[in-house]
Amino acid sequence: MDGDVPLLRARGVTRYYGSRVGCRDVGLDLWPGEVLGVVGESGSGKTTLLGCLSGRLEPSAGTVEFRQRDGRVVDVLRMPEPALRKLARTDWGIVHQNPRDGLRLGVTAGANVGERLMALGARHYGQIRSAAVDWLGRVEIDRERVDDWPETFSSGMQQRLQIARTLVTEPRLVFMDEPTGGLDVSVQARLLDLLRRLVTDLGLSAIIVTHDLAVTRLLAHRLLVMRGGEVVESGLTDQVLDDPQHPYTQLLVSSVLQP
Amino acid sequence: MSAYNFAFLDEQTKRMIRRAILKAVAIPGYQVPFGSREMPLSYGWGTGGVQVTASVIGPDDVLKVIDQGADDTTNAVSIRRFFVKTTGVRTTTRTDQATLIQTRHRIPETPLAEGQIVVFQVPIPEPLRWLEPRETETRKMHALEEYGVMHVRLYEDITRHGHVETAYDYPVLVNGRYIMRPSPIPKFDNPKLDRNPALLLFGAGREKRIYAVPPFTSVRSLDFEDHPFTIERWDQTCALCGAADVFMDEIVVDDKGGRMFVCSDTDFCERRRGR
Amino acid sequence: MSGDGHDAALLVEGLHKTFTLHTQGGIQLPVLRGVDLAVYPGECVALTDPSGSGKSTLLRAVYANYRPQRGRIVVSHDGRPVDMVVAAPRELLAVRRRTIGYVSQFLRVIPRVPTLEVVIDPLRAFGVDRDTALTRGRALLARLRIPERLWSLSPVTFSGGEQQRVNLARGFVGDFPILLLDEPTASLDVASRAIVVELIHDALARRVAIVGAFHDAEVREAVATRTVSLHGTEAAA
Repeated sequence: MDGDVPLLRARGVTRYYGSRVGCRDVGLDLWPGEVLGVVGESGSGKTTLLGCLSGRLEPSAGTVEFRQRDGRVVDVLRMPEPALRKLARTDWGIVHQNPRDGLRLGVTAGANVGERLMALGARHYGQIRSAAVDWLGRVEIDRERVDDWPETFSSGMQQRLQIARTLVTEPRLVFMDEPTGGLDVSVQARLLDLLRRLVTDLGLSAIIVTHDLAVTRLLAHRLLVMRGGEVVESGLTDQVLDDPQHPYTQLLVSSVLQP
Repeated sequence: MSAYNFAFLDEQTKRMIRRAILKAVAIPGYQVPFGSREMPLSYGWGTGGVQVTASVIGPDDVLKVIDQGADDTTNAVSIRRFFVKTTGVRTTTRTDQATLIQTRHRIPETPLAEGQIVVFQVPIPEPLRWLEPRETETRKMHALEEYGVMHVRLYEDITRHGHVETAYDYPVLVNGRYIMRPSPIPKFDNPKLDRNPALLLFGAGREKRIYAVPPFTSVRSLDFEDHPFTIERWDQTCALCGAADVFMDEIVVDDKGGRMFVCSDTDFCERRRGR
Repeated sequence: MSGDGHDAALLVEGLHKTFTLHTQGGIQLPVLRGVDLAVYPGECVALTDPSGSGKSTLLRAVYANYRPQRGRIVVSHDGRPVDMVVAAPRELLAVRRRTIGYVSQFLRVIPRVPTLEVVIDPLRAFGVDRDTALTRGRALLARLRIPERLWSLSPVTFSGGEQQRVNLARGFVGDFPILLLDEPTASLDVASRAIVVELIHDALARRVAIVGAFHDAEVREAVATRTVSLHGTEAAA
């Protein structure tokens, strides 16, 4: 075990949009190497929750604490913005549903992957380039395409490029918002497989927001089921999917077509 | 009939601009916003430079104005005439005799001295604008030293051309802190910025920014360890004065494509020829 | 019954499990009603109830796949007792990695992962280096008569029997002190069933505690050191 302090701890996270509930009173602990799935239908509050946890949305109430590499625990919601921005570029990763939101379309694939390294002070062109090429290989993009623009990539490749771009600094915590949304089924399968291997090989922790239970079955160790802004059930993934307790969870699970 | 105030601008405006200049000098390379005034020349023709010069010029100054290194081009002549008309100061073409030099697109070849001020005309002051159109975002990036994207720019150049293609307005790091655009001077002139004994002031009228490099401040051109910064070189020497290691203009001399290379800095060339 | 539960590898006390089907009007299906069971190292306990009586439910509850309403399920993990009914998710995951192995009736296949990788995956948690893991995996696959040419392929296209043998390899490759076997020989031919019996005997010799549901009477007789009925229904001897 990794000591008694979780990697990320959230308590009472609440966010209102006017009088409308985005999410209410959500708490969770995330430990190193764990993948937490947050499932729910549209409007369940899962995306709002992800925004609050990653410091991009300001919650109406609650605390979010993160344990840094040096062991110190920081209050994400009260961190000064420069520190939060730095965290988001180094120890955290974000995978957006639409890869175009997470890429620089005007520069080459190699530059996209190398940018975080350059932001951290890498100053050797050859080394940056070979690190980029190496990462393209790891996400199964043809290395020859290192000098191509992302616009020329298929959406599956763009998504994999986004993943390479965010993982190049080996973040310990990755936030993913519907990482396979909008992709063809076969492309999804390949991407999930890649994510599964990277999570295991790199010992990543991740919070994955998705409406697709099959994604959670494959990637997540634990699940939170959200509905109307609240967590209605939580537990190990197989517990929640095989032995759902809450009526809503049972409905969700039974609605999914088994392949 | 109304006469102009000394140097055209009213005293309050000069005060405002001087405050901006002081702030710029206190934070080398940092872009200070200022209330840019309407000047009797169009945007893109040096309104920023003219306002900076007008705010620092005094009756005892000796003014030199150059454009692309030459004292006698249209724009240099116009601006010089403007200041003569509104200040009555002495002017010169000799770099070593000027106290105040306004320039577009070159730094004089003659080494500068302590006590001299050089004013640069700047079209676009923001080095991060190529990637980030939002002013709110670029200000944050400067404040937080988020400069990874500048090296992305250089990376792209090397990827595309095998070397850094940027030939002028080459980005620099000032005092180890702010990244700055030195205005469209050729990269040949970048080394002159480093630890220059003169005070270097930069004015962008349309964009409403002033920045500065105080005397003896470090200015480093951005590069990679394995692609270090280099300047232009010519095989020829100046056809008029024989100088090597200067920035040269290529002049077409006839209809058959004949050309010659001459010093871009006219004053420097003339003095070498003993005039 | 031997012992009094104090040195049991697995101790189940007063376990109740009822399913409430909200999507079908809220009907309740009580499956386990106060099950008590102690399993000791080196024992193989065979559950003898008829189909549908809760054998799988019990095994899944021990693995924390199902959540009981009441009762305790205590195992020794890293030298400490852990109650699977109330333990935190993080602890349950750790128990599953190193203490309790579970062989279900089918293999959940992840496409594109080669068979050999599927088999040796559990060894990662035991800190076994990759070369040793590969050696053990290959030996086990060979023993279970999976042809070598299939080792680099994903089990996706395998027959039911082949998939089950891969599943078994994955279950037996690690050093779990407790093994749960849910119909391990279903869809296997006679020769393969015999190999499974051998694997169970080897595990028992290593003092593994085993609980299983064995539909095949021959297999059951060959491996069980004790038979238990969850509901007092005696199976034919």
